[in-house]
Amino acid sequence: MTAFRTDWGSISFDDRMSTSEFRIHERAHIVVDGDACRGCSTQECVVACPARLFVPTSDGGVLFNYEQCFECGTCYLVCNTEGAISWNYPEGGHGIVFHQT
Amino acid sequence: MDFDAIVVGAGPAGSCAALELARAGKSVLLIERGPFPGSKNMYGGVVYPRILDELVPQWWEEAPIQRWVTRRSTMIMTPTQALTIDFRSQNWAAPPYNGATAYRPDFDHWLAGKATDAGAQLLCSTVVTGVLRDAAGAVIGVRTDRPDGDLTAKVVIACDGVNSFIAKEVGLYGKVDAANYTLGVKETLALPKEVIDERFGVRGREGVDFEVVGCTEGVNGGGFLYTNLDTVSLGVVLKLPRLAAQKKRPEEIIASFKKHPAIAPLIEGADLKEYSAHVIPEAGYKMLPKLVGPGLLVAGDAAALCLAAGIWLEGMNFAMASGMYAGRAAAQAVTRGNTGPDGLKPYLEMLNSSFVLKDHRKLQHIPHLVLSDRVQNQYPAFVANIVERMFRVDNPAPKPGLRRIVREERKRAGIRWRDLLSDGWTGMKGFS
Repeated sequence: MTAFRTDWGSISFDDRMSTSEFRIHERAHIVVDGDACRGCSTQECVVACPARLFVPTSDGGVLFNYEQCFECGTCYLVCNTEGAISWNYPEGGHGIVFHQT
Repeated sequence: MDFDAIVVGAGPAGSCAALELARAGKSVLLIERGPFPGSKNMYGGVVYPRILDELVPQWWEEAPIQRWVTRRSTMIMTPTQALTIDFRSQNWAAPPYNGATAYRPDFDHWLAGKATDAGAQLLCSTVVTGVLRDAAGAVIGVRTDRPDGDLTAKVVIACDGVNSFIAKEVGLYGKVDAANYTLGVKETLALPKEVIDERFGVRGREGVDFEVVGCTEGVNGGGFLYTNLDTVSLGVVLKLPRLAAQKKRPEEIIASFKKHPAIAPLIEGADLKEYSAHVIPEAGYKMLPKLVGPGLLVAGDAAALCLAAGIWLEGMNFAMASGMYAGRAAAQAVTRGNTGPDGLKPYLEMLNSSFVLKDHRKLQHIPHLVLSDRVQNQYPAFVANIVERMFRVDNPAPKPGLRRIVREERKRAGIRWRDLLSDGWTGMKGFS
């Protein structure tokens, strides 16, 4: 069986994210309620966010980033805990800028 | 009032709405939150612009498309097998064409230009943060994130995308259920044009459209691969609750799709040029919100008008058409001086008598079937194993009859006759 080169598929996540353009605004457009997340056993946002913006912490909470957000809405849609994720759009002209999509 | 109409979102729905209003001689403001129209937009990669015949005659002479789809392949996949139904037609390589691959930032930007050419005002880098309402609750404008950013209009058309905060604020959606949505993630992969032409068997501006079922690691969804001029768009669409429940990362599912023996040779050596993601309203007719509110119309993804019916995967055509009808209905309402619920109701009639709601109604049971566990996780192996045994030569054993193969493979796949017949019936009824 011919082995095809497949290593280009396994680029680091940082390299993957660096291919998208983000015009970052100083205001976070995602706000997470730390207490609600500590009580959440499933933490769907951690798995589903395509930009990996949600990271579990050792004390059972969730750390989040807003800078490299695709503004897709996955996090608040999958979240099981009412009100844990407050999400709106970044300031006009900021955030993700797609080019060849 | 500052404007006859304000259209929120300069995607395909918003630009067609604004174009229609401007051509009817109405003052219209088109608001876009990105730095330019299309900058927030991604999709799988194929658009069927037939509806543009009505709005931009000979659109194919100027629209920024990548390739014309002349080859459509539907692939049923298991980790080691792939069954492909491959269709090509040279009839789609010439005007008036059928489907095309295009980059949304190019295409949407071009379409918004049609609206501004016709007299619509475009305001970019501006987020609509809410609606303005009169004492009776009717929408009379929008609030933006600009200083003194309140703007009033006789009609507001919400084309603000799948997350439509406007439709939700006005109460047009019931409870939002994650099960109605999928996440699309894709990689734009660079390859020289001649390599793409050779690997996919196309020439010039001809292109291919691959749709794949069974390649998403048990997370209900599907895969796709489309050719652009010197890139390919490759990605997966994943049902949201299942993605979260199965603890599989989107980029890992893409990586495994790319390694499949049927896909890997096609993209060998390609470098990742851009990674992107977007949510899709995938549940069809059943998830549609109310499309008319007081002083408000909703179109495109904001209205969940998107068709994920297996062999048909369409969204932009529904966006362009619903936007066009919204603009037309709004213009007529302004002319008559009645922008109340009665005055805006013709929008629903236009949608009902066009393909927009006819297709959604007709195919209302299909999205659920396509994303069902059996279609996703049992049928691909069932079908692939039948074909494998048909083509496998088991000498000295004689060839088994097809009936025996089907019976044995059905058992092996653990599929009940009852379910097979019922799904077959749903499919037959749904598509016929």
